[in-house]
Amino acid sequence: MNDDARALHRRRVWSKVGRYTLLTVLAVIVLFPIYITVVNSLLPPVDITHQPPKLFPSHPQWSSYSDAWSAGHMGTYLKNSFIVTFVITVGQVLTAILAGYAFAFLRFPFKRTLFVVFLATLMVPFEVTIVTNVSTISDLGWYNTYAGLAVPFLATGFGAFLMRQAFLTMPGELRDAAALDGYGHWRFLWRVAVPLARPAVAALTVFAFLAAWNQYLWPLLITKDDKLRTVQIGLKQLQSVSIDQINITFAGAVIAVIPLVILLLFFQKQLVRGLTAGAVKG
Amino acid sequence: MGRVALDQVSKRFDDVAAVDDLTLEVADEEFLVLLGPSGCGKSTALRMIAGLEEPTSGTITIGERVVNDVEAKDRDVAMVFQSYALYPHMTVRRNIEFPLRSRKVPSSERAALVQEAADSLDLGGLLDRKPAQLSGGQRQRVALARAIVRRPQAFLMDEPLSNLDAKLRVQTRAELVELQRRLAATVVYVTHDQVEAMTMGNRIAVLDHGVLQQIGAPQEVYAKPANLFVARFIGSPPMNTVTGRIDRVDGALVAQLPGGRVPVPAELGRVIEAAGIDEVVIGVRPEDLRFTDDGGIPASVSVVESLGHERHVICRLADQQLVIVRQDAHERAPAEESTTHLATDAAALHVFETEHGTRIGS
Amino acid sequence: MAAPGVALTPARRRLRRRERGLAYLLLVPSLLIFGVFVFWPLVHNVYLGFYRNPPFPGLPSTYVGFDQYKDVLTSQTFFDSVKTTFLFAILTVPTGIVAGLALAVLAHQQLRGIGIYRTFFSSTVATSVAVAAVIFGTLMNPSVGLLPWLGLTTNPTVLQNPDWALIAVAIVTVWQTLGLTFILMASGLQSVPDELYEAAKVDGAGTWSRFWHVTLPMMSPTIFFAVIIGTIFAFQSFGQIDILTQGGPLRKTNVLTYFIYDTLQRQSDPGRAAVLAVALFFLTLLLALAQIRLLERRVSYER
Repeated sequence: MNDDARALHRRRVWSKVGRYTLLTVLAVIVLFPIYITVVNSLLPPVDITHQPPKLFPSHPQWSSYSDAWSAGHMGTYLKNSFIVTFVITVGQVLTAILAGYAFAFLRFPFKRTLFVVFLATLMVPFEVTIVTNVSTISDLGWYNTYAGLAVPFLATGFGAFLMRQAFLTMPGELRDAAALDGYGHWRFLWRVAVPLARPAVAALTVFAFLAAWNQYLWPLLITKDDKLRTVQIGLKQLQSVSIDQINITFAGAVIAVIPLVILLLFFQKQLVRGLTAGAVKG
Repeated sequence: MGRVALDQVSKRFDDVAAVDDLTLEVADEEFLVLLGPSGCGKSTALRMIAGLEEPTSGTITIGERVVNDVEAKDRDVAMVFQSYALYPHMTVRRNIEFPLRSRKVPSSERAALVQEAADSLDLGGLLDRKPAQLSGGQRQRVALARAIVRRPQAFLMDEPLSNLDAKLRVQTRAELVELQRRLAATVVYVTHDQVEAMTMGNRIAVLDHGVLQQIGAPQEVYAKPANLFVARFIGSPPMNTVTGRIDRVDGALVAQLPGGRVPVPAELGRVIEAAGIDEVVIGVRPEDLRFTDDGGIPASVSVVESLGHERHVICRLADQQLVIVRQDAHERAPAEESTTHLATDAAALHVFETEHGTRIGS
Repeated sequence: MAAPGVALTPARRRLRRRERGLAYLLLVPSLLIFGVFVFWPLVHNVYLGFYRNPPFPGLPSTYVGFDQYKDVLTSQTFFDSVKTTFLFAILTVPTGIVAGLALAVLAHQQLRGIGIYRTFFSSTVATSVAVAAVIFGTLMNPSVGLLPWLGLTTNPTVLQNPDWALIAVAIVTVWQTLGLTFILMASGLQSVPDELYEAAKVDGAGTWSRFWHVTLPMMSPTIFFAVIIGTIFAFQSFGQIDILTQGGPLRKTNVLTYFIYDTLQRQSDPGRAAVLAVALFFLTLLLALAQIRLLERRVSYER
């Protein structure tokens, strides 16, 4: 190796070290709040208030988790969140498939107008509608029920739009072939269109799940007791416990995050596709 | 198998006629090719037969039944699409089976029918694969199998070979014809490829701008094109066409071409005179032209293209128009940039009137 | 669309009717939900705004026409709330996008183990607004040792401090949305063809020059999308404020959504809340339209 080559090599090594250092420092900053939450959930409250704080639980105390689960009602909150999220996700995906199919494959009067109506719903922030929706739900007798938590979200303009786009990318000859093979729209929808649009369905499912799981304002407005509260607002109840139970709050936060961590580990690709669908095609 | 008939069928999209007053009949067990450039209405015609488009007017008959009001699935025709339209998420077996399932064929019978269709197209070993795992030729055969498994009255094929590479296309052409003979099938076959049309069809129907230009046996359409469009569309390299003024020289009719003249055959002359035509388009197929040392039309040799078994000599006439001469390989080739003369037999001349391009005489 | 003079046969007409019927059947579930929970509230809000709440519960509300609109929309509280909402958006949206883009560019390198860093940077998508707010809120509890140890103390404590409360809420928000922004930016970067970078390299462009002349222009559609969605998100932020500050101190974090909630729930005044909701709707609408017009011209959409 001559001198020039050696200098170049040295520069490359240092540049690599520099890049890894920068990435690591940034990763630490991003991850620190999550890390300290996990640590604090395993510390006795005295250690949490201690200065300097403990950055590693040398004697982890797992009791905070069982306290959060039963005394803190996290078990019930999780169950409620799962029920509501499941209903919303299934409902949203179904209505989106149906509406998306109609817009992509059927001919009917006022198609364009109705499509604009669907898109217009995207322009209405949910916060704008709460004043009326709270009284509508009460009038329907759905205050503090699963129905009240789920029904307003059973359809979205975004979902219908996503599914329509997915259906439109399917070759038209497939529909023609199925028509000749003796399949009407309904059977074509379930046997060909939906199986082929699986990536879009998966993306929408993950997206809908995430949005439903993270809901905060609506459950806050529409529930009044621990039997119906979801994880997000249940966590708020946990926050107000006294300082000598502060480890339970941290444990509750960890419990609230675990289902999504699991979901995202398995469906990262679908989530990215769902999130970027609007950016790329919109 | 059954016949297919179109009677005065038209299809208009807004103000544009995709198919204009089309009348034709496909006989039982006939292989009819609808030929034309893209956008000529051939695919629309096929899709109307299939029931995928509604005619604006006219009657469509399949077998003995008028099918205008019959849904696609009840017309008892099968279609092979350009993209094959295989269901990507189903195995080959399921793909072939798909039309039978909707028709509630019992599963025992279904399996036998699928096996038979698959065997006849040499797909036996591929039944459990998905379309993505197949080659282009195999996919094409699956599409065929899906069509024949139903034993329909007629097969409709929309450019089924256009996605295959050139070599496979030649082979599949022959296999398709063989299959049609074996099944004694009625086939309506859409293509823009004149070689496919010439080699496969019992008859060819040439369409342009939605209008039927000519229908007949391949040799007949080639030998006696009904108009300039057909003359130029069929044949490769295409027919040479040159416009000439009609003159009377020494009592005989001639057409004045750039740099010379050709005599008009006597029986055509009578027709031309009776109609009072003073200008015509003369057409000569490249293989009907030959080089000569004297007489004929002067031309300069521009480029000589050798294809191995034959040779295309591209010449320029006095007014710079290009004319192509086809020679066999064993003939003597003229030198590039030399000057020569072109001659032909009177019997090889095609004469068309200039206004509509209609053929004059028989 | 039959051509003139061609009558549809009864059989054809029946087919058309069936297709139309199926279409409406497929749309009805969605339309029902939209009608009841999206469009009806829009109309009903306007109507509710005409009625003033009775001074004591139990009495009927009185029709006051546009008076209540005038009262609410000209009040100092409303003005401050709109200001806070905009301030919050300005604090969160550009910061979030710059941070997300920076991380995405850094993670868009050919390095061994870069996948792990991508997972780290996108990790906050697993958190919700509520989780983030509870974590940070508890960490900012004055009895917890972390902030004093880091030397980050204010008096009064951060969340009770009028100067710092909104900034603290903004930091929590930026952190919580960082994963999402990172994913968006990273996938935007992935769609920039490598040939462009290679061409720029061959043309002698350095790292910075490549960023300015290739990355940024090619990313502009993604950034454009992120700005619009981010602003709409920011205008709808609620959970972190409810958990961390409840609009306080001194209404310094009283963004419009919290103002609506507070008026509706705590003050039980649907009339005034409806007026605020109408205002929020038009504000979001105008903002989105303005952004689209303003940014569209500067965005390179060529791919």
